[in-house]
Amino acid sequence: MLRKVGRGLVILAMITVELPLILATALTLILAFGLGLVPLYPPLVRLVRRTAGVTRRQVTKWCGVEIEDPYLPPPPPPIPQADGLYRYDRTLYKTPRIPMWNARWKWMFADPATWRDFLWLLLDPLVKLALALPFLFLAPHALHAYGKWAAFLLAPTAKSKLVGQVVRLNVVRSQAVDSQAAEMRRIERDLHDGAQARLVALGLTLGAVDQLVDTNPVAAKALLNKAMETSSEALAELRRVVRGIHPPVLAERGIGDAVRALALDSPLKVTVELDLPHRPQPPVEAAIYFAVSELLSNAARHGSADQVTIDISHRGRMLCVTVMDDGLGGADPSKGSGLRGIERRLAAFDGVIALMSPPGGPTTVSMSVPDALPEEYAGGSSRLPRWKSAIVVVGWSLGWLPLFPQGVVAGVFKAFNIDEHEKAWFLALYLSPPWQWPTIILMMCLGVAMYGAALYIPLQHSAERWMAEAHPRRPWFEKC
Amino acid sequence: MLNRVLIAEDLYLLRDGLVHLLQAHGFTVVGAVESGPDLHQALIELRPDVSIVDVRLPPTFTDEGLQAALAARKVVPGLPILVLSQHVEQLYARELLADGSGAIGYLLKDRVFNAEQFIDAVRRVAEGGTMMDPEVIAKLLASNARHEPLGRLTPREREVLEAMAEGRSNAAIAQRLYLSDSAVAKHTASIFAKLDLAPSDDDNRRVLAVLTYLNAASR
Repeated sequence: MLRKVGRGLVILAMITVELPLILATALTLILAFGLGLVPLYPPLVRLVRRTAGVTRRQVTKWCGVEIEDPYLPPPPPPIPQADGLYRYDRTLYKTPRIPMWNARWKWMFADPATWRDFLWLLLDPLVKLALALPFLFLAPHALHAYGKWAAFLLAPTAKSKLVGQVVRLNVVRSQAVDSQAAEMRRIERDLHDGAQARLVALGLTLGAVDQLVDTNPVAAKALLNKAMETSSEALAELRRVVRGIHPPVLAERGIGDAVRALALDSPLKVTVELDLPHRPQPPVEAAIYFAVSELLSNAARHGSADQVTIDISHRGRMLCVTVMDDGLGGADPSKGSGLRGIERRLAAFDGVIALMSPPGGPTTVSMSVPDALPEEYAGGSSRLPRWKSAIVVVGWSLGWLPLFPQGVVAGVFKAFNIDEHEKAWFLALYLSPPWQWPTIILMMCLGVAMYGAALYIPLQHSAERWMAEAHPRRPWFEKC
Repeated sequence: MLNRVLIAEDLYLLRDGLVHLLQAHGFTVVGAVESGPDLHQALIELRPDVSIVDVRLPPTFTDEGLQAALAARKVVPGLPILVLSQHVEQLYARELLADGSGAIGYLLKDRVFNAEQFIDAVRRVAEGGTMMDPEVIAKLLASNARHEPLGRLTPREREVLEAMAEGRSNAAIAQRLYLSDSAVAKHTASIFAKLDLAPSDDDNRRVLAVLTYLNAASR
């Protein structure tokens, strides 16, 4: 309790920083936009962001309300054109300084989060003063209330979250396209240097045989043998390339047997445990296959391992793969490109890889790919339980009954005394007069409640999904 | 004379080539099918002396041929089948050998180029022998070098076992490794002893030795 009061006091004490900052902000904004001293603006924004950042951390730590940074990612450094000049809009610059400054200025000015920060700064002292007494006497509630207030303006909006997501997706996409292109180039090179060259040699040899077959049958026969050898080599080469593109076992049997085949080909003692109700999507299968292949060869090469356990399972629609070896450990992803490659490959599917490799071993690598399995393996979490679905169905199909005929219409009949003798099927009108109005109102409430429940239950059940699919409309104030 | 052959291959050129090749060597082609279900039916109805089966067949173009062959061998144990494929996998070799009844072959399609060796392989499988592609053997060697009980074999014995797995007779092994027939016989006896194979019919023991080899370290 005392600690909470202390925290409240620390938050209150921030006012001493905020008040001078408000003055400075007002002054700077006037100077920057009134007198054109624009260079003063970025330092001000940085200062305000820092103050807001401190509050975000305090609130996250003390108030139990988690607030992430809402800012758009900073602009990438400018890239020179082919002629070494830097372009910004329609102007060319010799140095990257001005384009960089312009981009950063635009980034700070256009981000709504900046202006939300200013607004928060202006209003925050008032809120803090209003909460000053509660901070002393009702510390837990006051902390929570303050957290809610801070989250209202400082948390990311749906829009900024979406923008962040788009930026991340762009990065992942360009990586995926790059690695795809690199793969294509590698395949082209392999075919060009291998199978293609051998087929050319084969054609040449056969041409020579054609010349020799009448004059020197013995030499022709020797050449034919050589041609056969060359065609075998070309086939072997093609097999190797095909294995690198999409291993035949994977196409024929799926990830389980493909990993078993890998295990058999590995010099280590590999145990494979498989628990999958269905094959994952083919691209995910391929990514996982190449990842496991890479990890196995890593274990054999660096880890001096003897035993490897591969576990492939699923959690709902998520595919989880764990590869554990009893080697020396100490694997460092920054040293080799292998783990980075796996990470990039998985990132294309929103997959992640985690490495645990303490010196002395064992090394455990866990990979997971969300939504890799078909919809029907989602598990129970996303589907409504039967009793809830029943309430929804009953609500939608029967809600009208109490609301309109037994509620509103009966009410109108009663209020205007229409057709005193014809009670029809209005339940309320058959009761004794003191009970008629309460029954009508009860019926209306029941109808509204039924519709409400039918609407609320699915919404509340898939709240997360609903949030994710919601479109930002009032990005300035709408919280995500 | 075991010469009734069934061919299952979906590529017309290869199927036709195989039919001609086998007919030229005195086999009677009792059927040439091109899909998995047809193959299964033909295997069980015709009971050919030996069948040449492509792993990848319509309708799914996965391992249809292999599955049909395995299913047919469950119904007719020891039905001789020679499986051809564009690629060889230890996994498939194991599945083919798992019932231990022999009369099985697993070769790369390239081996068809050498007509004599290929026909020899077909004959051996028809007679109940085991033929594994040298590439399978090479993979096995690479992956099992460290494990028991193969670790007990001397390098020479290992070479002999390798040749045995490829389906060669003692005479052929002697010729290939430049040994005398008696030396090969001595090596095979020593291999059987080291792999704890009780004395019995030599052919059967050869299959068992190859099986041990394939299941080395019994994962």
